[in-house]
Order: sequence, then structure tokens, then C-alpha cells
Amino acid sequence: MKRACRTNLPALIFLFALLLLWQAGAMGLDAAYILPSPVQILQTLWELRGPLFTVHLPATIGVTAIGLAISLVLGLALAVAMDASALVRRMLYPLVVISQTIPTTAIAPLFVLWFGYGIWSKVLVTVLITFFPITITVYDGLRSAQTEMAELLLTYGATRRDIFLRIKVPCALPYFFSAVKMAVPMSVIGAAIGEWLGAKSGLGYFSRRMMTQLNGAGVFAPIVLLSLAAMLAVGVVALLEKKIVRWRGES
Amino acid sequence: METGSMSALAFEEVSYQYPSEDFDIIDRLSFQVEPGSFHCIIGASGCGKSTIFRMTNGLLAPKGGTIRVDGTPIAGRKGYCGYMPQKDLLFPWRSVGENVALPLEIQGGYSRKERRERAEEALADVGLPGCGDKMPQELSGGMRQRAAFARTMLTGSDLLLLDEPFSALDFLTRISMQEWLLDQWRRHHKTILFITHDVEEALFLSQSVLVVESTPIRALTEIPVPASDPRDRSCLKDPAMVELKEQLIALLRKQVAV
Repeated sequence: MKRACRTNLPALIFLFALLLLWQAGAMGLDAAYILPSPVQILQTLWELRGPLFTVHLPATIGVTAIGLAISLVLGLALAVAMDASALVRRMLYPLVVISQTIPTTAIAPLFVLWFGYGIWSKVLVTVLITFFPITITVYDGLRSAQTEMAELLLTYGATRRDIFLRIKVPCALPYFFSAVKMAVPMSVIGAAIGEWLGAKSGLGYFSRRMMTQLNGAGVFAPIVLLSLAAMLAVGVVALLEKKIVRWRGES
Repeated sequence: METGSMSALAFEEVSYQYPSEDFDIIDRLSFQVEPGSFHCIIGASGCGKSTIFRMTNGLLAPKGGTIRVDGTPIAGRKGYCGYMPQKDLLFPWRSVGENVALPLEIQGGYSRKERRERAEEALADVGLPGCGDKMPQELSGGMRQRAAFARTMLTGSDLLLLDEPFSALDFLTRISMQEWLLDQWRRHHKTILFITHDVEEALFLSQSVLVVESTPIRALTEIPVPASDPRDRSCLKDPAMVELKEQLIALLRKQVAV
């Protein structure tokens, strides 16, 4: 803990300096609807704590969690299928890559038309953004297994299932955690984009409503909350990873 | 090498062709190995000696001919030989004990406790008592090879195929591992085939050397080693051994185009 503090100290000092600069600039400009100061943002966060924490934060976390869960199931299934069969790989891999060239923000309004203002249009945006890194990274992880190790097990009489469980899964595990750590912030962004474009609740929706009211601090407050939530989630995943993955990279 | 059904390993007119090549790298090769013997196969790099191993352990299927272990063709059989490749291939995410118990895990039918005990016994036997709970990264190169050998022993097979197991070790570790391996062989009465391109290693370890004289491999030339068992490294200084060593080096160098 102490060491973590010491290694992060330069970053913290630099961040603090930036915030001070921002505070000074905002006070000099004195136009909170364009550039609210950090202190004003914190004040707004406190004043609006009721609706933010009881309505909008849970809504966004719900969308993020559902989207992430669907992405994980879909991504893992695609990765395993592509690893198991060359035909499936040739069929899916290009499509998975192409799906990433779709400008999600541009077609998200369509999702609102199709699925309405409920959570499913947001979930779809989240899934579209996050399933790609999960699929590709886990697929790479499964591929990283050395054929020599598999051959050794084959000489012991191993089946394909033995090789999958005893070599491929452990090899892919560190990759899987990297993928989740990447996907968590992206899913939060996806949910926020979805809500920004059309929703009845959620931090993205709240931020947009404050925008129409020219409440600069009100736009920032939910964004601060979003990043804090994403950081917390990544921290939890990193902790899990430390517990589960006993090795990394060397072989 | 008498003919008979009781050879530990017998090749009968075995051929193999790699898909990318237009000739048979193994061309109707026949040879036999008697039970309990220790043979080294030597040959230049890329001559196809590893291919002989990969057919014996079932990783490659011969194009023609029959391979028998203890008199029975190997087609469709499992667990008849223990294979130890050049790299130790200890899985970094498993403890040393879990690595050593892998053959038992694949064969199935052992409880976790039994596997642990058998692994601990095997480790003690190779001179690594109490190392079962360590991770492979904590072991030195020589210790890792011993653990890999313990893993090979737990396949329970009487025929062991060792493919250059010591070639990545430094010289001093290598010579003590050679002495250690001879001791293991004497105690366990296994049949060992050992691939190497180090002539001195081959002479020190084996009762007779099987030389790959040319590629494609049509025959293995058996040359008995003029040294008694048990032996120590001083036997390498015998005039007969020195002469044989020079003769083998000359034979192998003919194949190496520089």
C-alpha cells in the first residue's frame, strides 16, 4: 500500500497541479456555464446527490453490467468457436473486424428507433463497443498456447477436451483479464453514449439535460461519477486477476 | 539385436514423408531395441532422428510399415511410451507437483491425494524432495529437467524416449545430469532411447550407439561402446573410446555441408 502510494505520487501531484490550474482559469474566466471550476463541480455533485445516486447511477450501472455480461458470453463463445474450427474462424473473423468500423455513435439513434427509450437500445450500443476487444483478445490468448505443450499431453493420451482445459484455458486467462479491464471503461462509455442519444434515466441522459439548461457544472458532475465508477470496476477486476492468475507472460 | 517378438521397440520397414518434401525422409527403416537397454541415436541436425521419435510416440503416423512396442503394433494404443522433449515444458501456471502428476491426471482414475503422493514420491526419487509445492519458475535448469524426467517416469511406461533433454543446459550441469540419468536407468530397469548430437554424451551414456549415416534414413548403424557398466567419466579417456569418438565425429561431419 505504502509502495503503491509512492509510485503514484508524481501522478497525483501532477493531477493536483492541473486541477489547481483549472480552478484558477475558471475563476479568472468567471463563466460557469462554459467552464465550471472543479470546486463548483463538486458542489453540484453534492447538491444533486439525491437523483444522481438513487436514479441515474443505478440506471447506468445496470446498462453497463447487462451489456458487459452479454459481451462476455458472446465474446467468449465466438473466441472458442473460432479457435476450435478453421471454417468458423474464416467465416467470423472478418465480420468481427468489420463490425468495429461501424461508427457506433452515428447508428445509435437507429437503435433508439428500434428498441425505444428503454435500456435495450443502450445495452446494444455497449455490446457493440465491447464484444470486439473481448473476442479478439481471448482468441489471441487461446492461440498463444504452445503446440509443443499440446503434443506432450497428446503423448500421454490426452483428448481435445483435456488440451482445452489444461492448456488453452490457463494460457488465455491473463488475456481474458486484460480484455475485461479494457472492456469495462468502454462499456461505461457505450452506456453513456446510448443514454445521451435517448433515454429516460442514466448519467448520460442527466448530463445532456444539464447541457440544455446551460448548467456547466451539472454536465460535469455525472461525468466525474462515470469515471469514478469505471475506475472502481477496473480496480475490482485487477484485484480478482491478482488472486486468480498466478503467472503472467513467462514460459 | 536378435529378431523376436520380445523387442522393446521394433521398426519394420517403416517409411515417413513430410507433406512439404518430395522424398521419404525415413525410407523402409527396420531396427530393434532389446528391453532394458540404453541406446543413443546420433546424427547431424535435421537428419530425421526426431522423426523416428515422433512416429514412435504417435504424434506422426508412418506412411508405411509397422512399429511394435513389446511385440504389439502401436496403432490405436495409448501410454506405451514416455516422451521427454528438449524443452522441459513445465506449465508455468501449475506447481511442480501438479506438473509431474499430469500423466496420471490424463490417464484418469487417481484421486487428487493419490496423484499428490505419487508426484511427491517421483520428485523425491529424482532428487527433488519437497519441491512439489514450488512453482517451476523457482527451479534451476537442471532441476527443471529432473522434474520433467519425474513426469516422464509417471507415464508408467517401460520405454522412454528422451529427445536431447540436456542440450540446453550448461556444460557442468549437463555432465552431472548424465551421471544422474545413468543412475536412474540402473535403478528402474527402463528401456531408454536417447537422441543427441553430442558424440561424447552418446558414448558416456549408452551401451551401443545407433548412428544415422545419411538422410533419407534407411538403416541405423549399431556401434557397441567399448566400456563396462557401471562406468564413470574416466572411461572417456580409454584409447578405444577416444578412437571411436574420432571415428564417429568423422562419420557425422561427412553429412554437414558448411
